[in-house]
Amino acid sequence: MMDQLPALQVMLPLVGAPLIILLRHPVWSWAFATLVSVLTFLVSVALLLQVSDGSIIRYSIGGWEAPTGIEFYIDQVNAGVALLVSGISTVVLVYAYESIKRSLDSSRHYLFYCGWLLCITGLIGIVITGDAFNVFVFLEISSLSTYMLIAFGSDRRALVASFRYLVLGSVGASFILIGIGFLYAATGTLNMVDLAARIPDTESPRAVLVAFSFLTVGLLIKAAIFPLHGWLLNAYHHAPVAVTAFLAGTATKVSLYVLVRLFFSVFGTEYSFGQLFLNWVLLPAAVAAFLSMSLVAIYQTDLRRMLAYSSVAQIGYIVTGISLATQTGLTAAVVHIFNHGMVKTTLFMAVGCILYRTGHAHIPSLDRLMSRMPFTSTAFILAGLGLIGVPLTAGFVSKFTLISALIEQGWGIAAGLILLSSVMAVAYIGRVIYLILFRESRGPAVSNEGYREVPISMLVPMYSLLALSLYFGIFGGQSLSLAGSAAETLLRGYP
Amino acid sequence: MDWLGLYNYWVVIVLMMAGLYILIARYNMVKKMIGLSIFQTSIFFLYITMSKVEGGTAPILIDDPSVVYSNPLPHVLILTAIVVGVATTAVALALTVRVYEAYGTIEEDEIRAANAAEQDA
Repeated sequence: MMDQLPALQVMLPLVGAPLIILLRHPVWSWAFATLVSVLTFLVSVALLLQVSDGSIIRYSIGGWEAPTGIEFYIDQVNAGVALLVSGISTVVLVYAYESIKRSLDSSRHYLFYCGWLLCITGLIGIVITGDAFNVFVFLEISSLSTYMLIAFGSDRRALVASFRYLVLGSVGASFILIGIGFLYAATGTLNMVDLAARIPDTESPRAVLVAFSFLTVGLLIKAAIFPLHGWLLNAYHHAPVAVTAFLAGTATKVSLYVLVRLFFSVFGTEYSFGQLFLNWVLLPAAVAAFLSMSLVAIYQTDLRRMLAYSSVAQIGYIVTGISLATQTGLTAAVVHIFNHGMVKTTLFMAVGCILYRTGHAHIPSLDRLMSRMPFTSTAFILAGLGLIGVPLTAGFVSKFTLISALIEQGWGIAAGLILLSSVMAVAYIGRVIYLILFRESRGPAVSNEGYREVPISMLVPMYSLLALSLYFGIFGGQSLSLAGSAAETLLRGYP
Repeated sequence: MDWLGLYNYWVVIVLMMAGLYILIARYNMVKKMIGLSIFQTSIFFLYITMSKVEGGTAPILIDDPSVVYSNPLPHVLILTAIVVGVATTAVALALTVRVYEAYGTIEEDEIRAANAAEQDA
């Protein structure tokens, strides 16, 4: 049984999804999806415990040994990311019940939860597979279900957002497919460990270079790295807010994981950053991302759109850490993948609570929300402080590490720009916090008088995630040492 | 170097660029999907070309050591990719139908105008 855990990790949601189609009942399909997600989460925990001592699980599917067969390759790094995906999925699913009941016709609920399970199948599959072509297949499973989930948004603009994402996402995935094809042509293998061994002495280095370029561009699109982030803004804005909360914490993070895995483990740090100067591509893009997107976020009037811009900016921080290609830099990137995943999901859940009661997320009409929805407001404020990176929050731990990594490399200017971007974050989050807490409402007697707090089933998941992110903020040393050993694993490459 | 000898790859490049161009230049959602399909087909073509071995035959095992086979693995991979491509097209066309129901048009510039008008209202 314990040997089969890697297969179960993917099979549970994959088998669960069609069963939901058979169930059809809105409440039961939700309950079943949540059950499957909890089980998947438990499997992730068990896997992480197995590899936490630095060991590696290599699971050959169908008993065909790699490199002939497809294998799941699980080490500390991707067990952690799988845990993030299944954990956030579970928390948001509990939350989604009330939120989706309000925004979606009950006859379509089962389709929504079916799509959700397929999405986690794809995301976890991307993370734990050790086969390059398998990455593409799982990527498309997760992408197709994501397009479907986004299209469930109540506004008709959700359909257009979903279509745009489909076009860009398919181009990105096709680029990845081309890249994998060239890698296969150059090396004759698809297994990632085998690829890493064969790339250095390939007969056709130019094919490897082409593969590298296509894979990089494809993944930059999927991870919404500036300037290829266009799809993210509308998708996050118009999707059902539970979907946005889930995607903000997982989808782009999984693509970033693949990027890191390819650069450091498959192509090797020396090839990616030493020979190809990848840092001179990634760092300017990252700096431009967090400066411009933080600035644009200040001027947004819709809370979801503001947070979407902020997501692109935060991805910029992660990419800055990756582009350093040092132990500290990569530690900062890994820890920020987790911290930002938790914080941004909490924020979107709080926005979902506001939408649940008010029906819109227009920032100017949020004034004195604190008196009407105190729990939601408190959660938003605390998570918002985490996004800024105030000490004792999770955001502080990762930003502090990132800045010290930059200074370590003598890139003080970039560190200064990160501080500047943080000041802008204070502006856009602070503006909302100020409105929530203080401003007397202008104009006619407030239309949102008499809002009540949201149901407890929405508050509990939101607060549990918030508590977790605060815990990692106060006891930052733990997450840093875990991320540190993950970074070490990545920099070392495949054993 | 025999450039024309690699004409399969030239076809791949032409198809790929044509597909991408349609995808970028056309506002009509169905035409965009046609562009995407051409783009994806060029990738299938690339994989199949790669697996060709000069003088190679179909990969069926026979007792003759002098026979060379084409590499069957890219064919199998592309079979998967074709299925993925069909699924993508299906989802995209379903979305197009829904967009048509919601907006009464599938031209992206008209949709953008409708959204802008909605925002002003």
